Amino acid sequence: MVQPVTISLDSLLAPVDFDAMKLTAASGGCASSSCGSPARPEDMTADVWERIKDHPCYSEEAHHYFARMHVAVAPACNIQCNYCNRKYDCANESRPGVVSEKLTPDQARRKVIAVANEVPQLSVLGIAGPGDACYDWKKTQATFGAIAKHIPDVKLCISTNGLALPDRVDELADMNVDHVTITINMVDPEIGAKIYPWIYFRNRRWTGVEASQILHERQMQGLEMLTARGVLTKINSVMIPGVNDEHLIEVNRWVKARGAFLHNVMPLISDPAHGTHYGLTGQRGPTATELKALQDRLEGGAKLMRHCRQCRADAVGLLGEDRGQEFTLDQLPEAVDYNPAKRAAYREIVASERGDHAAAKQAAAAAIQDAAVEGQSMLVAVATKGGGRVNEHFGHAKEFQIYEASSKGVVFVGHRKVESYCMGGFGEDATLDAVIAALEGVRHVLCAKIGDCPKDMLEAAGIEASAAYAYEYAETAIGALYAETFVGAPRQAVA
Amino acid sequence: MAYKIIASQCTACSACEFECPTGAIKFKNDTYIIDPKICTECEGHFDTQQCANVCPVPKTCVKV
Repeated sequence: MVQPVTISLDSLLAPVDFDAMKLTAASGGCASSSCGSPARPEDMTADVWERIKDHPCYSEEAHHYFARMHVAVAPACNIQCNYCNRKYDCANESRPGVVSEKLTPDQARRKVIAVANEVPQLSVLGIAGPGDACYDWKKTQATFGAIAKHIPDVKLCISTNGLALPDRVDELADMNVDHVTITINMVDPEIGAKIYPWIYFRNRRWTGVEASQILHERQMQGLEMLTARGVLTKINSVMIPGVNDEHLIEVNRWVKARGAFLHNVMPLISDPAHGTHYGLTGQRGPTATELKALQDRLEGGAKLMRHCRQCRADAVGLLGEDRGQEFTLDQLPEAVDYNPAKRAAYREIVASERGDHAAAKQAAAAAIQDAAVEGQSMLVAVATKGGGRVNEHFGHAKEFQIYEASSKGVVFVGHRKVESYCMGGFGEDATLDAVIAALEGVRHVLCAKIGDCPKDMLEAAGIEASAAYAYEYAETAIGALYAETFVGAPRQAVA
Repeated sequence: MAYKIIASQCTACSACEFECPTGAIKFKNDTYIIDPKICTECEGHFDTQQCANVCPVPKTCVKV
């Protein structure tokens, strides 16, 4: 078993004494510079890695360390989607397009600075609805302009439906917006007509196949223009069973051919209470297993993003957490100055931590390749607070990160959201049943701590929970578990 | 001859404000309102009313 860690994630997250933090980091054994194992994936150029390594949405590796924030400054939209209801607003809902307060560009500036002062992980500012950042352009422009002036090293990022994108590509490139997400749900307007009831384009409302034909052409044009300018693009596709699920294989092919950097297939979120067309007409979203099956079929095409949490349009924090409620308008000071100290100190620590993590990943991959039994794979759920480690109590987990261990190594394949089982001293059986249901297909759960009762109940459901790998890197823990499961036992038996 | 916005339905997304060709729409008391003295129902500019075309909520920008 690996030595206990020298830097706990808590030490990275808590309000800290920076000198002590630096000392710990320095004594952390294998720093990235000395260890020589870059976190950069082998199939990526150094230039691209440099641009995405701090962006939690573009790099699975980065999402363990870095946080994004969204500001809802551009509420006007030029299309209607059947999964969106523009009148919806709830502080307890966590999904795209939902927001509790819209901000003016000046309020957004104050909010971003306040967050940058308090959340050292902050690396990305995104404008991601509600509304369309390219269509409601003046507010997008004013917000980015103000932030670039105050916090020049925050990455600027937008999400768009693509309809107005071709008109804004040059200005985006001029403002150093290096990451653009386009939601592309179809490349066939016949299918588009089932997703988009109307678009507003060139001063009129278009409906039916004609609307989707225009949207499709503008999306492809925008993507090609961004690729030509070297802007990194992520394509978000909402998987709608029976409407575009099979079709997304075709979408993946089209966007790959046009230089998309990442493809993110997300499950439709549909509920009558949300008041969306799909919610009201009973269109269901895919199950976790259906989503993974489609994602697996897309492997080998445009690179897939599997760590998306479908966050709110005003989310703040690491993916999977939302600290937005700490930074609502009424809590923002009138005047606020940016202080880069926390972010700078955090970056130093992450640089050394992620070197260690990369080395641990490589070691785990090597161990698994030695131990791997052809065709034997398993899904492992990890309870984590971040940092890529097994460091959350089972009962406190709001989500589990899912890794697949096979002869290919240990690969992050997604997450499952759950309600925390622990209610402060006692657990709810009904909640545990829901957790077990959410863990469909998973054989093992790794966490920092778990009580006997939930452990036994998981076991009865065929899921083995363990705290034996507490505080280790997920890959290290899973590599050891894999060897133990598939190889260790028989070998020991022979010996 | 004018259009109006049903305030209880309005999401205050602001799209109508910048699509209005005559500048008749302003933000006031948490919602957008159309000045009937300025609104021309887009006559002379467009064949259809821009506020009603872009509004995300059905039957919210309507004829007075």
